[in-house]
Amino acid sequence: MSNPAESTRTVVIERQFSHPPEKLWRALTEGPLIAQWLMKNNFEPVAGTKFQLRSEPVPNWNGVIDCEVLVVDPMKRLSYTWSTLGLDSVVLLTLTPTEIGTHLRMEHSGFPLTNQAAYQGATYGWQKFLGNLERVLEGEIR
Amino acid sequence: MKQSNSSHVFRALADPTRRAIFEELTRRGERTVHALTHYAGVSQPAVSKHLTVLKRAKLVKHRRNGRETHYRAQPDALAPMVDWLNLYGAFWRERFDRLEALLERMEP
Repeated sequence: MSNPAESTRTVVIERQFSHPPEKLWRALTEGPLIAQWLMKNNFEPVAGTKFQLRSEPVPNWNGVIDCEVLVVDPMKRLSYTWSTLGLDSVVLLTLTPTEIGTHLRMEHSGFPLTNQAAYQGATYGWQKFLGNLERVLEGEIR
Repeated sequence: MKQSNSSHVFRALADPTRRAIFEELTRRGERTVHALTHYAGVSQPAVSKHLTVLKRAKLVKHRRNGRETHYRAQPDALAPMVDWLNLYGAFWRERFDRLEALLERMEP
């Protein structure tokens, strides 16, 4: 567990948008626009600044994700930390212009490896329990 | 640290009665030992023992109010064993759908 790269995993989502990088960049970096697709926020596109993403509070979760802007490279790269429910992670958004618009790659990294073991070792009871838990957390994250 | 914490959590939740008690607290919020005993259908000393194990794994917290002890769930303790990859994979895909819809609505 000494090497962070070996002890964590990354979620990667990629999508091709038929819109130019300039327009996508606005949707990723203007607070009122971020609120329309991600969450309410007080984001400023300045590296080093802290902000919060806020969704509806639910029992045992205040609905807040604490973030800090790491990288602002206009039309190209945006990165911020993402901390909630006791887990610190990092989001990296990379834009690449294409013939029809923009390719967007989202890397969300820093998830502990222990998850995999949790699922592989799961008996019926565990599956059911984790299923219930997943529903609870989905409700929290929305 | 995460490893040992998660094995604590696993051990605590390996028992079906403890799992049921924890799920009940997650669903219902704060409950008294009395209410949990009624729910679990086992003796009060047995419930107290289970609650002690859950408390050691930091899955529950308690507070005393007069003669009653109230317990509540601490879902943060589950963080090491949640399937973050599936959870956030689904989350971002859904948000990208919204992003796509937003781009359609925006001025060019």
